[in-house]
Amino acid sequence: MSPLGLYVPGSSVLHRAPAGAKLLVLVAAGLGALWLDEVWQVLVALGVVLVGYGVAGLPIRVAGRQLRPLVWIAAGTAVFHVLVNGWERAFVVVGVLAVLVLLAALVTLTTRTTALVDAVVTACRPLRVLRVDAERVGLMIALGIRCVPVVVGLAQDVRDAQRARGLSASPRAFAVPLIVRSLRHADALGEAMVARGVDD
Amino acid sequence: MIEVRDVTHRYGERTVLSDVDVTLAENRVGIVGANGSGKSTFVRLLNGLVLPSAGRVTVDGLDTRGDGREVRRLVGFCFTDPDAQIVMPTVAEDVAFGLRRRGLSKAEAKARATDALAAYGLADHADHPAHLLSGGQKQLLALTSVLVTEPALLVMDEPTTLLDLRNARMVSGVVAALPQQVVLVTHHLDLLDGFDRVLVFDEGRLVCDDPPDVAVRHYRKLME
Repeated sequence: MSPLGLYVPGSSVLHRAPAGAKLLVLVAAGLGALWLDEVWQVLVALGVVLVGYGVAGLPIRVAGRQLRPLVWIAAGTAVFHVLVNGWERAFVVVGVLAVLVLLAALVTLTTRTTALVDAVVTACRPLRVLRVDAERVGLMIALGIRCVPVVVGLAQDVRDAQRARGLSASPRAFAVPLIVRSLRHADALGEAMVARGVDD
Repeated sequence: MIEVRDVTHRYGERTVLSDVDVTLAENRVGIVGANGSGKSTFVRLLNGLVLPSAGRVTVDGLDTRGDGREVRRLVGFCFTDPDAQIVMPTVAEDVAFGLRRRGLSKAEAKARATDALAAYGLADHADHPAHLLSGGQKQLLALTSVLVTEPALLVMDEPTTLLDLRNARMVSGVVAALPQQVVLVTHHLDLLDGFDRVLVFDEGRLVCDDPPDVAVRHYRKLME
């Protein structure tokens, strides 16, 4: 089971829905979230999204995993709003954030990357008049999704190496090798893409 | 047939290949040498990933400098680290990627990718995230993604270096069965059994060009 919002094979109605439609719903939900202002509204939205996970046949723990990267940002945001605007506002802000992240993850969990990329490429085609290369935008998105587990793996390697050498958690000692290794990976990936005919 | 004529290559002031002149027509060509001896640069010349500072490289008469696109269609390239060459998130999508870039329709690419995955024993993993495969399966996927485009020639730069013995044998078994001309860079000398010819590089120079037993003996002596 993918912990990182990558496609999970299935045959549910959400899996079969067109990628373009799902992206449109996501955009509409993002805009609609601006009007969520009450605790009950956020709870309803959260409920609807979780029903979506059920319809897609994805266990609730998968939804929980999608929220993990959000924990620190959500905690900071919640503390700020509790102190400044009260707990209700804090719940609404953090809740909306969670709803949108869960919804975005639901789209990527139920849609093949190629289908997502094709939908984005189709949507970007009219931008050709502005000299936007739609194929390149699609490729960029695919690479972004593909690189998430790679960078997570690199971060894990760096952390393991630090632990093995008995180094304490130092942001600098973690960030520098991670950036260097990520850049090396990007370089190698670029070379491999040229070898596979990208840009020809 | 690959023709490398009087090739020298420099990265800035550093010369990494000097006056290499060789014709490769055999079906199985091995390349060995110490780290930094120039062998990886040499194979990158063969599909135009690196253009020579001086000299000329041609593949079936096509010059890598002027006909890079055509050369890359002829020459498939498999790198050491499969993670750095898997472009798409899932196995089937990655195999179809190269085909889509070559203009095949979605349906055609999918059909050919499905056939290729079945041929190389990855059919059960078609929808799996590529990052969850084992090292050997990832290298097999990288190889499948190259072979599905049906290159006339396959260049492999240390494809088994990151693999354990079992996976190295699996990948070398697949390579051994290929009908294409294969140019293989390796530190695993047993992979060169049955090869037609082995080139030994040392400090940017081609120092030995012989059948495997003679070339490997020369290489071992160099490493003493």
